[in-house]
This record gives sequence, structure tokens and C-alpha cells, in this order.
Amino acid sequence: MSLITNAETKTVTKATERESLVDYDVVKYHFYAFMVYMVIVLLSGLSYSLQFLQKYPFPGIEILSPGRIRMVHTQAIAYGMLANGLFGMLYYVVPKLTSFTVWSHKLSQFLFWAYNSLVVATVVLILAGFAQGLEWAETPVILDPIIAIAVVIFVLNMLTPVWKARANTFYVSLWYILAAMIWTPLVYVFGNFLPQYVFAGTAGATISSMYIHDLVGLFVTPLGIASVYYLLPVVMRVPLYSHALSIIGFWGLAFFYPLNSAHHYLWSPIPMWAQYASVVASIGVHVVVYTVVFNIFATISSDWKQLQTNLPVRWIFTGTLAYLITCIQCAVQVTLSAQEIIHFTDWVVGHSHFVLFGTFSFWITAWAYWLLPRIWKTPIFSVSLSRWHYWLVTIGIAIMQIDLLAAGVVQGMMWRSMAPFIDSVKASMPFWWVRTFSGIVILVGEACFLINMYMTWQESRNKEAAGTLELQGSAT
Amino acid sequence: MKIIEKFSGVFLIAGVFLFAGAVLSLGIWPAMMVDQVYPRRGLPIDIPEDFQSYYSNLDDYQKAILRGRDLYIREACWHCHSQYVRPVANEELRYGPVSTPGEFNTVLQLPQLFGTRRVGPDLSREAGLKSNDWHFAHLYNPMSIVPETVMPAYPWYFTKTKGKVPVPNADGVAIVAYLQVLGANFKNQRTNLDDTSSETMPPKE
Repeated sequence: MSLITNAETKTVTKATERESLVDYDVVKYHFYAFMVYMVIVLLSGLSYSLQFLQKYPFPGIEILSPGRIRMVHTQAIAYGMLANGLFGMLYYVVPKLTSFTVWSHKLSQFLFWAYNSLVVATVVLILAGFAQGLEWAETPVILDPIIAIAVVIFVLNMLTPVWKARANTFYVSLWYILAAMIWTPLVYVFGNFLPQYVFAGTAGATISSMYIHDLVGLFVTPLGIASVYYLLPVVMRVPLYSHALSIIGFWGLAFFYPLNSAHHYLWSPIPMWAQYASVVASIGVHVVVYTVVFNIFATISSDWKQLQTNLPVRWIFTGTLAYLITCIQCAVQVTLSAQEIIHFTDWVVGHSHFVLFGTFSFWITAWAYWLLPRIWKTPIFSVSLSRWHYWLVTIGIAIMQIDLLAAGVVQGMMWRSMAPFIDSVKASMPFWWVRTFSGIVILVGEACFLINMYMTWQESRNKEAAGTLELQGSAT
Repeated sequence: MKIIEKFSGVFLIAGVFLFAGAVLSLGIWPAMMVDQVYPRRGLPIDIPEDFQSYYSNLDDYQKAILRGRDLYIREACWHCHSQYVRPVANEELRYGPVSTPGEFNTVLQLPQLFGTRRVGPDLSREAGLKSNDWHFAHLYNPMSIVPETVMPAYPWYFTKTKGKVPVPNADGVAIVAYLQVLGANFKNQRTNLDDTSSETMPPKE
């Protein structure tokens, strides 16, 4: 029921202590990296979508082949954009909640540069033709062991303050973080190595599907939920609605999410009992979803007006709404009968865009809007630009979602109807045009965001040069 | 109840036990079940007639298939072409016999190439469906064969002869060698509805 733990309030009051507690440089760098990868993600996504309109901008160039650009798109989302945003959030939240610093600030800095060089190396090597043939794990095999080591060091860095504060009971964000810190290295190792070297074919797909799901379910989801459970009470200055609900949600996630795996290959040769089990567990995930969604909405309901006035709250609200919609969708699409039609179609593409962009990217954007102006000690450059950003991106992803779901149903029906395959491609063409259009809307929206952030940063630099920065205090 | 809120509780129960339980029960167990029942198969031991002009000995041919598989991964072909036939949505009629767990336990499926999206058709029964020349022309410029296709062209797998005629290079042949192995065992059990000529329509039951 408490706003945040006592440890937090204690540290907030001690301003001097706070300075050394969180390494703001690393937090900042991670959010900058989040924005840089966002540019890569948007441009690669846009060019790939143009291939579907037979208008690919770089035809016949080997290193910019659409297939490779697609892998850059997904890798930059998972390991570039979302991971950097979440890592930045962690470097802020974990010391705040435990009131201990991470293992070493120098190590954090080193890890930032090491990790991001690895992501850049991933992008370069995929373009050069060294991709690994596993979904969401296209990171070249030579980089896999190095990344695994980097992740383990990162986890040790992050768990040090948690270990030091182990005598306390933790705020729920910290549970999610703690669990994610244990899961992520394990998931990475088994998902990248077992299907690559040990299990072939159907057996490999069983493991690989687990990786596809766990990357989102056990890395992005818990950290995303941890981030909103922390940020929402802080920005709204109201307590979280229910601590008990958040506990139920956490254990629901820990129990059901890892069992979801095989629902990525329903009707495949994977043993049918494993497929049935994964369907049941996927429906069980609703325990997690409804507790999180209800908790967040109930917290916001204490003061609905903030949706209009408080920018981060609005992003959290919309992200949560997207989370609710995708998960209701999930319960429908995960059934074996729905899979007959929508598997292999654009429906799935729409679903993953809505989850990773509509939900998690929105939550991280809430963080960026809240945290960066505070670190820069400068209010946001333009409120009107931030409104443009919000509405363009929200409308863009909504159009994309509806469009791709409809496209998926059309494709699935046409395949079942036994029309020649190329007919389904022709029928998809209008949907693909709308998809590209919605992508451009999102791109323009995010451009507003990046310009806004750049101008705010510029202003803080000007103030710093003029020596007026300290007078501003914390701006938000 | 307090234990599950503590460091050790979260760490051990959620982090380790529940996760390990899931990985073992729905990951390792079904994987090993499949792996043990169906022995791992090797590469083809005959060079098909169509490839005898490219490969004189078996070793070269087998290496080419593996090379073709690597190129299939590098170009992310598997992101738009799946490699299994489901028992639903009339896929048996469209592509051929439904996939079984055993058929995929080969070195060519390490890592597995099931795929999760079909922008183009499934390729698990591709062998012999089209001629080598069809594949070469299609890889060089897909739109020259299917004008509405959204498949990218792969001109870097071809070299131009003096007469400006593109001919496949070693990698180009390797890709097609790989494609012509996919589902070779099912060659005679397939109906092809994408070919609209009447004699290939399935027999009425």
C-alpha cells in the first residue's frame, strides 16, 4: 500500500546521498542509446515494408537485402531499443529502491559501451551475412558467448545492491527486476545454444519457441511492469492501488509465463501434449495481465485529470490499454482453432508490433519524458510537440494494428480456400499500403519526440554554459 | 507468507524452480522425446540427375547443400517461407503430406528452420516442384516469373557471361541444391494447386 519503500523516501530527502547513489550519466547514456536505436528501428522497418509494395529503395544491393534489414529491425528493437531503455531504467530504479549503489559505476560505464558495441557488431554482421537462423536470436553465433558473459556481469552489477538490502522486504518492482535478472541470462544461454548445437528440427523448435516467448515474457515484460509500478506512483504522487494484487500478478507471471512456449508453433510436429499445455498456460497469463492492468488503472483512477496534464501518466495509461488489448487478443489467437487461420499471417506481425511498440515502448517513452528533463534540469522544450508525438504515434500504431489483424484474417482465409498462393499476396497489397502509411505516421510522431528531446538537451547545455542551470532545480 | 516477499524467496521459487520446471517440462522433455524416438538423419547420398553437371562427387554435393542451407539462413529466407505442413486449413492439399516429427531430425535442421510467417509459400515439400532453371530465373529476378511477387531479387548469386547472360555462381547453385532437397522423400505424394494447369488438380474423392 505504500507509495514506495521507506528506503526510497529516506534517500529522496538526502540530496547529497542521492547524487552518488544513482549514476545519472549511465542512465542518460542508455536513454540516448534507446533513441538512437529507435531511428534504426523505424528506418529499417519502413524500408522493409516498402519491399511488400515492390518499391524497395535499395534493390539489388547485397548488404541491404530486405531479409537482412528485417533481422536488423527485430534485433535493434529487442537488444538495441527496448534493452537500452530498460537498462537505463534499472540503473535508476534499483539503487533508489535498495538505497545501495550498483557494484561499480565504472563497471556500469564499461558495460554500457561494451553492450552497445556488441549490438552494433550484431547489426553489422547481420548485414554482412553472418546471421544466426533462430528467431529473435539472429545475433551471430560468434557474438553469443560474449553477450552471455556481458549479461551475466550486468546481472551481478545489478544484484549487488539487492543482495546488500536483502534483509528488507522489497517493493514489487524489485521482485520483477530480481526475477528478470535471474531469468535473462538463463534464457539467453539455452535459447541461443541448445537449438544451434544440440537439438535439430522439431526438438529444436520446442526449445526455440521457448526462447521466442521467454525473451518477451521473462525479460521485457517483468522489467516493463517493474518500470510502471515504480514510475506511476512517483509521477502521480499517489500510492499504488493494491500491493496484494501486484503480488498475485507477480507469482502468476512467474508460474504461467515460462510455460507458454509451444504456442508459437501450434499445429507443428511438436508433441501435441506440449502444445495443449502451452495453450492452457497462455490463457493462465490473464491472471498476470488483469492484475497489472487493474492495478494501474485503479491507481490512475484516483486522479483521472492527470491524464490531461501529466505526460508520463498518459503514456503509461495508453501503454497499459495496449497491453490489455493485446492480451485479450492473445486469449483468442492462442486457441488451436484460431491458429488454423491466423498462424503464419500478418495477424501475428500486428500482435507483436502492438506488444513491443504499443506497450513497452510507450512505457519507456513515459520514462524518457519523466527522467531526461529531470536529469537535464530543464523543462521539456515544447509541450505541443510532445502532444503531436503522443497523438501521431497512438493513431499510427492503432491503424497498423487494425490493418494487420484484418490482413491476417484475409490471408488465412484465402490460404484455406485453396486459391493460388499469389492471390493472397495480391489481396494483401492494400493492407500493406496502409501498413506503410501507418508506419510513416509513427515515424513522424517519433521525429517530433527526438526533435523535442534534442532541443531540451540543447537548452540545458545553453543554461549550463550560462551558469543558470542550478537555479532551475528539478524541473518537473 | 513473508518468505515469498524476501530476496531468497523470489530468487529461488520464481527465479529458479518455476523457470527450471517450465524449461524441463515443456522444453527439454518434449525435445528429448522427439530426439530419442527419431534418429538423426544425414545428408542425401545420391546426386540427383539435375545436379550431376554441377557436382562430380558426393562430397562436393553434400557440402553444397550445407552451404545452401547457410545462405538460406543468411538471407533470412526462413522469415518468409515456413518449413512444415500443418494438418489444418487444407495445407495437405496445397503442399503435400502433413509434417511428422521424425522428418526434421536431420543436420539440415540444426538450427531448426520451421519459420513463423508465410509471405511466400511453405518450402518443406519443395523438392522437384519446380525445375532448377525455374529456381535460377526466379532467384535472379522473381518478378520476371511472377509479376505480383514481393520476393526480393538476389542478383549477387549470379555472374554475367560475355554475352551478358546471368549464370548462377557456386553459391547460386548451392541454394537451389538445398531447395531441391527439401522434402525429397515426398516427391510423389504431393499435389500442386499453385500450378493452375488442370492435370495437376487433386483427384476428387
